[in-house]
Amino acid sequence: MNHASVSETNATARLGMWLFLFTEIMMFGGLFLLYASYRVRFPQAFSDSAQQLNIWLGAANALILLTGSFCTTLSVTALRRGSRRLAMILLAITVLMGGLFLFNHYLEWSGQIRAGIYPNSPVLDHMSHGEILFFGLYYVTLGLHGLHVLIGSIILAVMAVFIGRGSLTPEDTIKLENASLFWHLVDIIWIFLFPLYYLMH
Amino acid sequence: MTETQLAAVSDRGFLDPKHSKYPGIFGWIFSTDHKRIGLLYLYSAMGFFLIGVMIGVGMRLELLTPGRTIVSAQTYNDMFTMHGMIMIFLFLVPLPPGAFGNLFLPLHIGANDVAFPRLNLLSWWLYVIGALTILGTVFTPGGPPDTGWTLYVPFSTQTPHSVTMAILGIFIVGFSSILTGINMIATVHRLRAPTMKWSRLPLFVWGIYATAWIQVLATPMLAITLLLVVAERLFHVGLFNAVKGGDPLMYQHMFWIYSHPAVYIMLLPGMGIVSEIIPVFSRKRIFGYWAMAISVLAIAGAGSLVWAHHMFVSGMSTAAVFVFSLLTFAVAIPSAIKVFNWLSTMYKGSISLDPPMLFALSFIFLFTIGGLSGLVLGAAATNVPLHATDFVVGHFHYVMFGGGGVAVLGALHYWLPKIYGKMYNKTAATVGWAIFFIGFNLLYFSMLILGYEGMPRRYYNYPPQFTVLNVISTVGSWVLVIGLIILLTNLIHGIFRGTPAGNNPWDARTLEWTLPSPLPAENFATVPVVTHGPYDFESPLESP
Amino acid sequence: MSAENHAPASYRSIVLTYLALLLLAAVSVTVSICHLGAANVWVPLGIGVLQAALVVMYFMHLRKEHWLWQLLFLIVVMSLEMFIGLTFVDVLYR
Repeated sequence: MNHASVSETNATARLGMWLFLFTEIMMFGGLFLLYASYRVRFPQAFSDSAQQLNIWLGAANALILLTGSFCTTLSVTALRRGSRRLAMILLAITVLMGGLFLFNHYLEWSGQIRAGIYPNSPVLDHMSHGEILFFGLYYVTLGLHGLHVLIGSIILAVMAVFIGRGSLTPEDTIKLENASLFWHLVDIIWIFLFPLYYLMH
Repeated sequence: MTETQLAAVSDRGFLDPKHSKYPGIFGWIFSTDHKRIGLLYLYSAMGFFLIGVMIGVGMRLELLTPGRTIVSAQTYNDMFTMHGMIMIFLFLVPLPPGAFGNLFLPLHIGANDVAFPRLNLLSWWLYVIGALTILGTVFTPGGPPDTGWTLYVPFSTQTPHSVTMAILGIFIVGFSSILTGINMIATVHRLRAPTMKWSRLPLFVWGIYATAWIQVLATPMLAITLLLVVAERLFHVGLFNAVKGGDPLMYQHMFWIYSHPAVYIMLLPGMGIVSEIIPVFSRKRIFGYWAMAISVLAIAGAGSLVWAHHMFVSGMSTAAVFVFSLLTFAVAIPSAIKVFNWLSTMYKGSISLDPPMLFALSFIFLFTIGGLSGLVLGAAATNVPLHATDFVVGHFHYVMFGGGGVAVLGALHYWLPKIYGKMYNKTAATVGWAIFFIGFNLLYFSMLILGYEGMPRRYYNYPPQFTVLNVISTVGSWVLVIGLIILLTNLIHGIFRGTPAGNNPWDARTLEWTLPSPLPAENFATVPVVTHGPYDFESPLESP
Repeated sequence: MSAENHAPASYRSIVLTYLALLLLAAVSVTVSICHLGAANVWVPLGIGVLQAALVVMYFMHLRKEHWLWQLLFLIVVMSLEMFIGLTFVDVLYR
């Protein structure tokens, strides 16, 4: 029986990864659906709440993730061209970006929590319905997204280790390509979260 | 028999322990062979099915008399919840793609396995872990969920029963379903033999393919919806809580965006199976191949746009009621096309009423009743008095059990001789089928009438005027179970003591029948060359 | 997917895409600070769509994949939009 070439199995693996990304799009899509539905019902409250969030932290996070995407894409090219060291450095930067992103969330969330704004808090429960819903969605969506940033960072760190150990080589980069696709998706989700939660007021 | 024939018979193919990577049971539960994984799914899902049947029998026992019969109202709530969760999440969603898709899709396309064999194994493990988690809620102090399988808020966010644990189980099973869907799509796109063009694919493959897209695109919506219920239970986030400004109807929208397409996950593989069986037992190629292939995709697509027909009386806008009713009628069209084409295939064909054909014919009959009752429910005006009555219960059992479930039985009778190389007793199968069919209609047609007369669903109690029909329905459940017992014991007996079936007992034309029975460990020694379509009975079966 | 290994993206195209993304982000933030009324809602969202398109095409290399997969990606996004749109038939007219 003929066996598939490496490039053929790689194309299959890439296809599988895209299908998985489709599922992530639909899952976060549910949260976008909920956001959209509640926003039309409470347009003023959503707008006011968006203004309460720190636009610069949000923008910093956008820059951080974009930079991570930039570095990840570069790392694939670097590895394919044989620059294993460069690839590893770029991945390390991306992982650092992931860490910075999560640290920003920590800053932002501890600020919110100190102000008494968290699910089921007395402060939040006394705010308007629209604000309660905004912050409910904020915590759930950014939490789920943050979890994906964490997972993506870990996966890319593992890829860097694989490159170092020689199990990810310039001849067969599919694992890195797929890991990179995952990071890009996480970036794309923030590309939408950022305007929805920080900019649209 | 010649020596080679004897050798072929005694060679157990992929079943033989010599093909196991690990000893004993570990050679099965850690196997990445799609055929072994298919059987793992088959046996676990059938096991869960039997648990679900027993709960169903228990429910019908309770409904034998008005008022309390054998269980309390609370226990009855637990029972119908678990019955639904088991039948949907542990039987009808996983089994058709997981068992039959795994066993036969690679063979149908001329491949040696699925695209991602290890992911395939992981899918099964996730399924089992999720299933045990759901079933495990029965043994928790909180007890199993009592919300109905639909887990509507606000009850699901407030009931002290073990909803969070059940949701965790459903989430894991859902992930298994997603991974299976990814595997099947990748397999069909990438692993077809070079001569297996899209136009030569058996319709079973089209059925699994369309199902896989629903698994991939709809299941994530369930995942996030259930996650939000857990977030509500644990952190009181308030997104579905009216007190905090949330909208319980948003839960219903998000839930049904998955759960309506889910019924097509449960149905489309079965339609594919029927499309395999009817041509073989009519000795005639399928009527309208492309209509059949495209209609299965159309059902998947259109079926994704009709979810709020479960919400006509929920308080949503009249505009939405109108739109979703209209779309619901639209999805009936591709289904009707399929029924027409199956019947046209049989027209002037040479019909043999072997057991697989009996089930395929029953599918058409029972699914049609279910579909017609679905139109009654899909029309908004007639929905109002019928919503949440036994009419709905009758409807979905006709389509899901009479459709999807009967297709599973048909597939077992069609394919078990291929898997194990032994033929069951056809007379016993026919008798079992007849008893099953009679019991089925007694059980569920009564519900259609009861619902029309006003009996609500999920009630353990009812006013005395509903007694006669409830008794008939319960007796029907006993008859159905007797039929099932006959069918299943006959199949099991056939596996152990059946007569040798040969490679192609039904004289079919799809690729699995070119291989020995039981199926060999390595599917195709050489890449098959396909020159005919899958229903070309004018030419003999191509030898491998 | 196309079966051949794609040639690796050039460093140049990656850098250009990155700069475009940064620029778009800056515009988005600027518009938001400037209180332009209704534009404040639609412009950042529109920019988000553009940015996502750039990432999908040039970082994720969807441009280089078989056209069927580009179509399927669009179908997936459209399905999500259909879900949201049909839900809005309820939400808007309650």
